[in-house]
Amino acid sequence: MSDFIAFMTSPTTIAYLVIVNIVFIGLQLMAAVMVYAERKVAAFMQQRYGPYLVGPKGLLQPVADILKLFFKEELRPKAADAFLFSLAPIISVTAAYLAFAPIPFGAPTDFFGLLPEKIALQVSDVNVAVLVIFAVGSMGVYGIVLAGWASNSKYSLLGGLRSSAQMISYELAYGMALATVVMMAGSLSLREIVDAQQGYWFGFIPKWYIFPQAIGFVVFACAGIAETNRAPFDFPEAEQELVAGYHTEYSSMRFAMFFMAEYINMVTVSAVATNLYLGGWHGPFIPVEYGWIWFVIKLAFLLFVYLWLRWTLPRFRYDQLMSFGWKVLLPVATVNLILTATAVLYFGL
Amino acid sequence: MASDALLFYSFAAVTVIGALLVVSQKNPVYSVLSLILSFFGLAGLYVLLEAPFVAVVQIIIYAGAIMVLFLFTVMLLNVPREDAAEWDRSHPLYRPMALRIGAVLAVLLALELGWALSRTPGLGVGVGDAHPAQSSVAELGRVLFTDYMFAFEVTSILIIASMVGAVVLARKREE
Repeated sequence: MSDFIAFMTSPTTIAYLVIVNIVFIGLQLMAAVMVYAERKVAAFMQQRYGPYLVGPKGLLQPVADILKLFFKEELRPKAADAFLFSLAPIISVTAAYLAFAPIPFGAPTDFFGLLPEKIALQVSDVNVAVLVIFAVGSMGVYGIVLAGWASNSKYSLLGGLRSSAQMISYELAYGMALATVVMMAGSLSLREIVDAQQGYWFGFIPKWYIFPQAIGFVVFACAGIAETNRAPFDFPEAEQELVAGYHTEYSSMRFAMFFMAEYINMVTVSAVATNLYLGGWHGPFIPVEYGWIWFVIKLAFLLFVYLWLRWTLPRFRYDQLMSFGWKVLLPVATVNLILTATAVLYFGL
Repeated sequence: MASDALLFYSFAAVTVIGALLVVSQKNPVYSVLSLILSFFGLAGLYVLLEAPFVAVVQIIIYAGAIMVLFLFTVMLLNVPREDAAEWDRSHPLYRPMALRIGAVLAVLLALELGWALSRTPGLGVGVGDAHPAQSSVAELGRVLFTDYMFAFEVTSILIIASMVGAVVLARKREE
């Protein structure tokens, strides 16, 4: 028992608990910030003001939104499957949080000398991290599919079916893009992949995989947007065709959970892209101990790109999306994989 | 060690209960979900065996890809609940002949399991105790493409053949 107490009160354990909480609360805050940013960016692009009444510059708008959702009535259609109807948003939001667990967001640190040894800035350093993210990401689709089925409404069902079809079509290209980076780095651990990207080519081009893997990055970005169901690939909830798709019948906090899952997934995909293609916490000017600043800058930029795309590109047609996934992305990703494999094998990149 | 045993029994319970729920559920969608639950228990067991790669790949392929297809099919065909009224003695699976064959197969399976268990040496010894843990993905890949090359290639051909078959079957007939 005293061993247990000693373990629980050791600085390293407490540091890990702090990191877990940073990630958990940080993701929630990121979701709130993204809701605000989304509305402000949309307003900027459409020459409107956006939210400006609640708090200075409308900064408290997300708080107002959350309060509103809290006090809304929880509705459930009579014909819905009660258990799965409640379970679906829980699956969505759990998978969203879980996917961030193996993602490192800074160089190993000892918290300014507070700890006896350096620990990694991530919830858990799994040696198959890339695959874990991929696996958890593929779990998230169950939330959407089940929501569509359990609502017992035709719009929801169509949204759920579209989601699973889309998922199957894009997962392959997504996996191929991940595999190419794994091949170049020679590791499945995200920390090692990031560390393989430090340094410079010719003294000034950072060794980020986005440069040799530009095609892979584009494939990853397309598949990532499709995975997170964001415009221009937001078919599971295409408003003009399906009312609100899989969450048509949801209200109050259950709806909020789907909403949160969507934004957290965006953060996760951007964080993965930062680590795989943009060198994670490595960058010029900032010493590596403060590398998380670079990480946040890159993450924020990618999230902005998400919003930028949503408010500039119109939605694809559904059949275009499917043929794009199977006839363009997958072949491109496969050729890219084979070329990279050849290059790694014969030139030792 | 005690915590290992506790984890093993928890995951084993999840696996077995999930598998039992698959066959006992009336609603096919719940059956699919129970199977996913069972796969998660199995993944936990793989992690306990220090094979995280196998655990994650199992989740990706079975729980992730194949079960999505299952769910997709069940939802698309709108398979009805197995109600007691329909599921009566007139159902082919409830005919005496089917019951007899099923019973024979069940007994055979039990015998086979018992035989296999009686021949397995060192059941009480954990894998981790006998060998140093080998969970390196690189090592796994090397073994797969050298020692087990033939099996690997044969499996690939099998999968390609079934894929071609599926495409041929699904293709629209050109009149």
